[in-house]
Parts: sequence; structure tokens; C-alpha cells
Amino acid sequence: MRQLVSGFAAILLTTAITCAVRADETSEAIAVLRDVQPGSTDSAAARAAVQKLTTGGAQTLMPLLHGFRQATPLAANWLRNAFEQLVEAETKAGHKLPQQELEAFVGDQEQSPQARRLVYETLKRTDPGIEDRLIPGMLLDSSAEFRRDAVARLITEAAGMSDAAKATTLYRKAISGAVHEDQVKTIAEALRKNNETIDVQKHFGFLPEWSIVGPFDNKDEKGFAVAYGPELEVATAKMPDLQAEYDGQSGKVRWQPIATTDDYGMIDIAKQIENYKGSLMYAVTTWTSDKEQQVEIRLGTPNSWKLWVNGELVFEREEYHRSCKLDQYRVPVTLKSGPNQLMFKVCQNEMTQDWAQRYQFQMRICDSTGSAILPAKRTARHAANPGVQ
Amino acid sequence: MRLRIMFMLLATGAASSLIAADWRQFRGNAANSVAVGESLPTELSGDTIAWKASLPGRGLSGPIVVGEQVFVSASSGYTQDRLHVISINAADGSTQWERQFIATGRTLTHETMCNATPTMASDGQRVFAFFSSNDLICLDLAGNLQWFRGFGSEFPNASNSLGMSSSPVIVGKTVVVQVESDAEAFACGVDVESGVTLWQIDRPHAANWTSPSILPATNDTPELVLLQSSKGLAAVDPTSGTIVWNFDKGASTIPSSTVDSGSIVIPSNGLTAIRPATGNTFEQLWNASSISPGTSSPVVVDGMAFVLNSAGVLTAGETTSGERLWQLRLRGKFSSTPIAANGYLYLFNEDGNAFVVKPEKDKGTIVSELDLAEKILCSPGAADGALYVRSDEHLFKFSKRHQGRLSTE
Repeated sequence: MRQLVSGFAAILLTTAITCAVRADETSEAIAVLRDVQPGSTDSAAARAAVQKLTTGGAQTLMPLLHGFRQATPLAANWLRNAFEQLVEAETKAGHKLPQQELEAFVGDQEQSPQARRLVYETLKRTDPGIEDRLIPGMLLDSSAEFRRDAVARLITEAAGMSDAAKATTLYRKAISGAVHEDQVKTIAEALRKNNETIDVQKHFGFLPEWSIVGPFDNKDEKGFAVAYGPELEVATAKMPDLQAEYDGQSGKVRWQPIATTDDYGMIDIAKQIENYKGSLMYAVTTWTSDKEQQVEIRLGTPNSWKLWVNGELVFEREEYHRSCKLDQYRVPVTLKSGPNQLMFKVCQNEMTQDWAQRYQFQMRICDSTGSAILPAKRTARHAANPGVQ
Repeated sequence: MRLRIMFMLLATGAASSLIAADWRQFRGNAANSVAVGESLPTELSGDTIAWKASLPGRGLSGPIVVGEQVFVSASSGYTQDRLHVISINAADGSTQWERQFIATGRTLTHETMCNATPTMASDGQRVFAFFSSNDLICLDLAGNLQWFRGFGSEFPNASNSLGMSSSPVIVGKTVVVQVESDAEAFACGVDVESGVTLWQIDRPHAANWTSPSILPATNDTPELVLLQSSKGLAAVDPTSGTIVWNFDKGASTIPSSTVDSGSIVIPSNGLTAIRPATGNTFEQLWNASSISPGTSSPVVVDGMAFVLNSAGVLTAGETTSGERLWQLRLRGKFSSTPIAANGYLYLFNEDGNAFVVKPEKDKGTIVSELDLAEKILCSPGAADGALYVRSDEHLFKFSKRHQGRLSTE
């Protein structure tokens, strides 16, 4: 009997050690994938790690999914491939996936939005009912894709209503989660049709009020690389002197206010000032943050541009007239608590074609889903219309 | 000895037939749109559709074929950031595997295009999927990720707000990609096994949608890769990135050059033909300003050069002189490059109309038409007696062998 007990204990111990070893190997393999670097010098190690994970069985699934959290986009793609192969192997072997645990993972907003969506789509293949169970509660989710699905359901429901007041209530609910242009347009149109007011500009978090100075010379597109007065000042003082006067393209130029009421926050230099060909302008604005935070500055322009935040050049782009779209560019930045100074250099070239005459930009501040982050200190326009939503 | 020679001939024959049966990259193995040795159906109809398979996303990328597998890329999602690579069984159209990734670079494109615009490539052991977001993904034939290069994040200014479309080519053990835009532009050779950059060269800073072509080796010169841009055409050593010679008379930034029998037909000032000469240089053979391709790349076969203009007019020119031979008006707008096989041209317009044209020296004749009623912007592929083409929704296989059998999705 004593022998039997000690034999059983030995088996338990061996199993425990095996599991611990396996868990260590799993963590190690996940760490390898999380650490994968651009340039592909570590692809052999990453391949070996994926192979280890895909043969690890169902107990590997959850650690693998937790590994997506704050992983780089490159690492997330390696983790995704491991997950897809593991699920494929488990399914082929006739093993059931831990449905409940996985569904709970989908609902856990602390986890990677990408991983949650991956699991959701995997579960949905065999359980279409998951959509009705989860999506309605995802209107304000940390994943833009889940938000989109939740908003789409509300739009469909509202569109089918004959009672305008009830439809308005649903549209109002839908807009609270909408982050994509097509859905916001549909909702705004429906609300306005019902004589409702909606501030699309505020919804997206556009920056509607700027000070602007120019034109400066950009003949032969050479001005993009030239640091004119405001640019020299921002390098040292973080913010140009708005009382300053500069030598412009055709005489002295001074800062002037420019604002827009356009739904999509378009500052249209060609229409509001003049389409100076072969020129460039500088625009500045202040955005007050209630805390230090990571945000995305999203902008659209058909012109070449440079962007400084608190005196630091965060991105520059020399491309003319290839299109102008909402969220054409996404620039992740960290804003400090208090006033943040943004300066934008926007350049027009001398192309003569009809499609090359736009001289404009739109800019907004939002989180990674595209949901607006509003400034702590409101602009004059919003302050004058506090009731507008 | 005779036995040994016979064995060698058989082995060579087997190897070349294996290669001829594949369609491994944009415009085929030689990147010239000619399906050598293929016998495709000359009548396209419901009877010659062997199968059509559903696809999970949009794509202008054409299908490639390796053995019994047909590979195609696609992109989906509101921002087109979901990247798909799909392996489909050539025999029955069933999906063997699908892998998804998330774009690491910019996914914005013109509405006509989408993220899955470049055509995939293969070296026979791996497949390489390239996207407008400049993500270059290598998988083995079973769908195991081999390596992932996010050129979009490594070089964040190398993008085009209208989208990128250059397809990679495989030369030896190197994947050659052109990543060229107004703001940043380069070409590089990437090791097929490791994904590591072997060489990288600066390219003209200008939007460029063309794809590399391949100039086969001769007794005197090694195989070269031809990189086209608005400045012209550079012949580059694919092992080092060294520019061997440079044609600097300008070229189109949409249709790509093609190579036939050692001559290069460049979309430059209409069409310009050149031929490499001794001493790392080249000689111009002719220029035909009246033969100007639209979006589709020229196809050269049987002594004739064919181009499609933006109005859907097919023009044939003589390859020894560039002299225009005839024109044939097709219907609609064309984005895809036709392919040539068994003495016929296969052309697909954007509305999904397929045309089979019999080209002769004095005329071109439409011998078959079929309306697939789906938007088609990809260039087709041909392998093992079958013609493959994809829309945003489906991949179609046309085959004589499957005449009368249609299995859908």
C-alpha cells in the first residue's frame, strides 16, 4: 500500500514538474515572439517559438492570448499566426476549445483589442449566437471593430423605426460609440432629418481654431526644407511669437486667426485666404490636456506638411495632391498636462491641374479607436455653444 | 552513356514541365505575361468554369499557382488593415488554409485600389505576400509564418496616399521589392529564407506603381532585375543591388516593362524597345510614340507587342520595328494586364468582361467573350492547363478539362 501511495505521489510530482516545465517553455516562447524585432534577424527563433506553441495543446491558448497585451504590431502578427495554427491543430485533433474562458476573454477590455477580436471571430465560426450575446454591450469598446458592429446594429434598428422620437434616441445612443466616418455621416444625416442638432466637428475632436501666417516661398517645392521664422522660433521657444512679423513670399506677413465651422474641421486656405501657388503657411493652436496622456493626432491634407508638438518635430511628409481624407495620417504623441502647442507647416506646390488646387488641412485628437479626446479648455466656439452635442 | 543522357533529358524535361506548370508571380514566372506551353480554353463560358471559390476580402492581386495550390491575397475591414493569405486547392476550389495578419503600415488607398493590390510571389517552397501597407509576409506552403517585414513601419514615409501596387519578384534566392513614393523611395533585395535585407538602394522620390521585370542571364551577363520609374529603367544585379546600366529617357509609372527574347519593351514615350549590349550598356531598337499603354503592361509574344489603352483599345505592334500593325476595340476600362497562351490573348476588363483574342499579323479577332459580372482589376494567372482570375469576391478557374462541371463555393 505504501508503495502504491508513493508511486501515485511520484506520478503527481512528475506531472506537476512536466506542467511547470511546459508552462515555462510556453512563457519563454511567448517572450520570444513578443520580443521579435524589425529587420527579421530573429525570424528563426520566432519560427521555433511558434512551433513550440502550436504543439502545446489547449493549455497554451490563454497564455498566448494574454501575450498580445501591449505587443508591438509585428509581435502581434507572430502571436496571431501561432494562435491560428494552434486552433487549427486543436480542431483537427477533435479537441474542444475552452469556450467559456475564451468568451470571457473577448469581454475583458484589459486585453488586447486585436486578440479579443481574433477570439471572437474564431468562436463565431461555430457559435453565431455570440454576436447577440456580446456585441450590444460593446458600443464603447476599446476595439474600433467591436464598436463598429455595435453601432451598425443600432443604426439598423433605428432605421426600421416609424417613431421618430424613438429612432432619435437610438441614433443618439449609436453616435456615442461611432468612430468611423461612414457611420457618423449616416447618423448625422438621420438626426438632422429629424431636426436634431449634432456637432460632428466636436464628435470627431477636430481642432477648428488656429492662428496662421504666410505665404512663405515654396517655389519649385523648395520651401519644405527651409526653416522660416516661425520654424526657427518653435525650435527654441516651443511656440512662435504670435505678435511677430516676418518676411513673406511677397512682403511682410503677420499671424491672423482662422477658424472653421465645417463638420470635418477643414481649414481651407485656398478658399478662406488664397490659393497662393508655390507657397507655404504655418498654423498654430493650443490644446489643453487635463493630464499627461498618449493620443493620436490624425490629420488629412493633400499638401506636404510638418507637425511640431511642444517644439518637437513629430512627423513630416513631402507628398502633394495624392488625396485628402479623414485620418489620412495618424501620428501617436504624448501630450503633457496643461497647454500643448501644435504647429503645422502646410505647403502648396505649383501644379496646374484641376485636381491639384486644394490647399487645406483638417486635424483632430483622439484615442487609438478614433474616439475624440476633447481638450480640458474648450475653444471659443464650443464655449459659445455649450448645449451643442 | 546513352542511358545517362536519356535520364538527364527526362529529368530536365520533368523539371521544366514542373516550372512551366506553375505561375509563381505577377505576370508569370518570367514576369512577361506569357504562359509558355499552356493550353488554355479558347472559349470562356460557364462550361469552362471549373469552379469559383469565395474570397474573404478585396484584392487587385492576381492569383499565383504552385503545384496543386492556388494562392491569393486579400484585404478586408473598414480600414483595409486585415491582411489575408489564402491557399486554395487547384483541383476543387476548396480552401486549404487561410492566414490573417494586421497591417503595420498605412492602409489608405484610392477607392479603386485596396491594400491587397500587389500580386504574391513564390520560390516554389514559400509564398511571399506583399501589400500596399508595405507588409511583406513569407509563409511556407503549409501556412507557417516564416518571417514578416513591416516596411511600412520600418520606413513610415515610404507610402502613397493613393496606394502602392508594385508586386515583388523572385530572382534566385532574393525577393526584390520596389517601395517608391514621393516622400521616400527605395528598392531592396530580401533573403527568401530569413527575410533579412541583403541590399537596399535609393530610388527616385516619386510615386511609382510599376513592378520589377526580369532580364534572363545570357552567356555574357548574369540575370538582372529591371526597376522602372519616372526616370527610366535601371538594370540591377539582384545579388548586390548594383546598378549595371541605366536607361534614363523616362518611363511610365503605371504599366511595367516586359522582356522577350532578350529585348526589353519599356512603356517610355509610347513604347521603346532596347537590348542589352556589351560592356554593361544597352542599345535602343525602336521607339513607337503612337503605341501607348494605359494601366495594363505591354505583352510581347510571337513577334508582336500588344498594349491596351485607357479606352480599351488593343493595339498590336511589330517587335522588330515598333510599327503599328492593327487595333481592336474591346469594351470598357482595363486595369489588368492580359496574358498570352497557346496563340491567344486573355483579357479582362474592370466590369468583369473576359475576352479571348486571336492575334494575327494583320488583325486581331475576338473569339470568345464572357461576362463574369464582377469587378476585375487583377492580372490573371495560368498553370497546368487552367486560367485563374479573381474579383473582389471570387477566384475563378477556367479549364478545358473541367468542361461541363461547375462547382461553386
